[in-house]
Amino acid sequence: MTRSPHGPVPREAAVTASAPAPVAPAVSVAPGPHLHAAASTQRMMADVLVGLAPLVAVAVAQFRQHALFQMAIASCSAVVSEWLFARMRGRPATLWDLSALVTGLILALSLPAGAPWYAGAVGAAVAIGLGKAIFGGLGQNLFNPAMVGRAFAMISFPAALGASAYVSPSLGIEAVTSATPLTAFKMSGQVTPIGPLFLGATNGSIGETSALAALLGGLYLCFRRTAPWEIPAGAILAMGAAALPGLAGGGTTWTLAHDLSAGAFMYGAFFIATDPVTSPLTPRGKWIFGAGFGLLVAMIRRFSGYPEGVMFAILVMNALVPLINRGTIPVPVGGPAPQTR
Amino acid sequence: MSATMARLRGRPFRGGVHPSENKELSWECRIETLPPPPVVQVPVLQHTGAPCSPVVKPKQEVRAGDLLADSSAFVSAPVHAPVAGVVQRETVATLPNGRHVKVIPIQTAADQPTPEDLWADVYGGEWPLDGVEAAEPSAIVSAIRAAGIVGQGGAAFPTHVKLTPNPAKPVDTVLVNGCECEPYLTSDHRLMLEAPRPIVVGALLAARACGARRVVAAVEDHKPGASAALRAAADGAAFEVIELPTKYPMGGEKQTVRAALGRTIPTGGLPLDVGVVVLNVATCAAIARAVLRGRPLTHRVVTVTGRGIRTPKNLLVPVGASYADLLAACGGLAPDAARVIAGGPMMGFSLGSFQAPVTKGTSGIVVLTAADVRAVEETACIRCGRCVDVCPLNLVPTRLALAARHKDWTMARRFHITACMECGCCAWVCPAAIPLVQLIRTGKVQMQKEAGA
Repeated sequence: MTRSPHGPVPREAAVTASAPAPVAPAVSVAPGPHLHAAASTQRMMADVLVGLAPLVAVAVAQFRQHALFQMAIASCSAVVSEWLFARMRGRPATLWDLSALVTGLILALSLPAGAPWYAGAVGAAVAIGLGKAIFGGLGQNLFNPAMVGRAFAMISFPAALGASAYVSPSLGIEAVTSATPLTAFKMSGQVTPIGPLFLGATNGSIGETSALAALLGGLYLCFRRTAPWEIPAGAILAMGAAALPGLAGGGTTWTLAHDLSAGAFMYGAFFIATDPVTSPLTPRGKWIFGAGFGLLVAMIRRFSGYPEGVMFAILVMNALVPLINRGTIPVPVGGPAPQTR
Repeated sequence: MSATMARLRGRPFRGGVHPSENKELSWECRIETLPPPPVVQVPVLQHTGAPCSPVVKPKQEVRAGDLLADSSAFVSAPVHAPVAGVVQRETVATLPNGRHVKVIPIQTAADQPTPEDLWADVYGGEWPLDGVEAAEPSAIVSAIRAAGIVGQGGAAFPTHVKLTPNPAKPVDTVLVNGCECEPYLTSDHRLMLEAPRPIVVGALLAARACGARRVVAAVEDHKPGASAALRAAADGAAFEVIELPTKYPMGGEKQTVRAALGRTIPTGGLPLDVGVVVLNVATCAAIARAVLRGRPLTHRVVTVTGRGIRTPKNLLVPVGASYADLLAACGGLAPDAARVIAGGPMMGFSLGSFQAPVTKGTSGIVVLTAADVRAVEETACIRCGRCVDVCPLNLVPTRLALAARHKDWTMARRFHITACMECGCCAWVCPAAIPLVQLIRTGKVQMQKEAGA
């Protein structure tokens, strides 16, 4: 006996009789397809956490308890905010889809080790509230929540998150005694050797120092198809294209490799720009988005007063996504559908 | 860009998915004959096109193969008595797709052919090729029309319509579709193994009818036995067999034609537009039977499978047998059966009642268990674009579903909703478990209704 909308029906009776049998079989009815891939939002978010593992490991190895502190503050704040805002909106809190945790962690990894506790806490709360909830929750937001939170915190607490905040010898950690490689290059033309820059022995936001870690975790995401490979590929190609004029001029010892390894570029290209919600839908759109991101980062680094441009590049490109989506509606296989009416 | 990438990667067609096949449940099972049920109910509409009107009266005695209903419309196909018996008063049945159709019930007579005789009549015996060259094309088409042959792959489009020569659109190739890309189903597979000869002969007859010079059979590469059997059965005749990579929906007309012949059917068009006629393997066998033996399409092979059925089988059944008859012949439902599907699990319809009759287009019954039917709650779209990646037609399913949900037909048209063939790859892959293809399907119908109003 099993339940059906019509009440319990003896299964045998429904099936074995060859004469007209009772109408309601003990089975459920639904439109097809009746099979489903073993994919879920939660699984994708868990994938991101796995992909972030190398970055977290480098952060902890380099910045010790300060990295743990930043990650704990921002993650907790993000998850609590998610719960609070869901309550305010009268919606069930979907903490188990792990999206809030991912937002908190992405934000934490973009903070300097010495940032005060309230920078991460307020940043994460704003990320969830202004970055996501206000647009209608997961899937509806225009801007990357973590970057919204970081921009808000940076404007609110300039001293705590500006270039100078990265140098705080009082922490007792060697890396933070000197300026970040991008600031050093911008301010005094000082070029950091590519080895430490790529491996992650330099100063910077806790998650951005190792390009290698970001590359490893990012390739994992692309391999799992949780992150579209088109976006980082477009970003790296654009960064390369932006370096071409410099090559022609003979230029400095700051090479394309430096540009790719320094700051949050790899981290941003693989983990932030690939946020599905705030990036385009189609492969072509993703190429454009990635290339735009890479180009903007190069421009901001070279021509603006800021040493780094990942956060602004992401936010600007996010704003362009609806436009990109509109312009990249794919042509169906076999040509456009004939318009009868 | 994506077209270039496709060529670089050697993809047979864009997108597609790889659901668990589960064909091993029934692909070793030889075709068995279903004992004639006490009553068969023959629908007067089993095809795409105009319904037929009955030409028999209640209490009239009919022999197997007698005409039951016919229509004067071009796009229609007559139906015939699958068994000898007595005609009952006509009733109405609901087909799995929700359509209510008139059915002509026949009380089966006591005297029925043995399973061996039935097999010999339908798919067994000799299928000589000598007649093919001599056959008059128009005579082949009329024989097909008279036999009530429709596409047995699922869409059930009347076959004589496809094969009637059209001077404006000459046909150069007959493509025999043996892909059977739906998971679980093995009826075409078994037919290719056990009766390859009528398939070959029928395909050659079809080619003669429509003037095609080339006959190509396409089989997915996980069925090497089937392609080998077809090659052996061709026995020197001009009949090529191509193995295609296994990927859903390889059996879709547009995908098969693209993968096997490299031709792209225009959106809203037919294989005819690129000089191709696509015929399912069972349809080909029915053509051979109609032309060489003068017998109508009254029986077909149906796979009854899934972990929710006690003994999966491939059954040769008379059209009009009820789903309950078939399930009973396979030992009935297992205790954990949760869903009974007419057709394959990707595009088939779940059944609320098992009294519906098997039609010429019924390829299988799949019984899924509770574990197979994953009840996942729909969550928010995170715009990951996986539906775009798997869409074989390069559409943006998430936008189409959104447009359908909001009844925004301008947006639906902008994203080419009418190009969708409803294969269901998008809904299969969606991490948020959004019923994408379901929304698009209803959206297409609603849009048409509102445009007509």
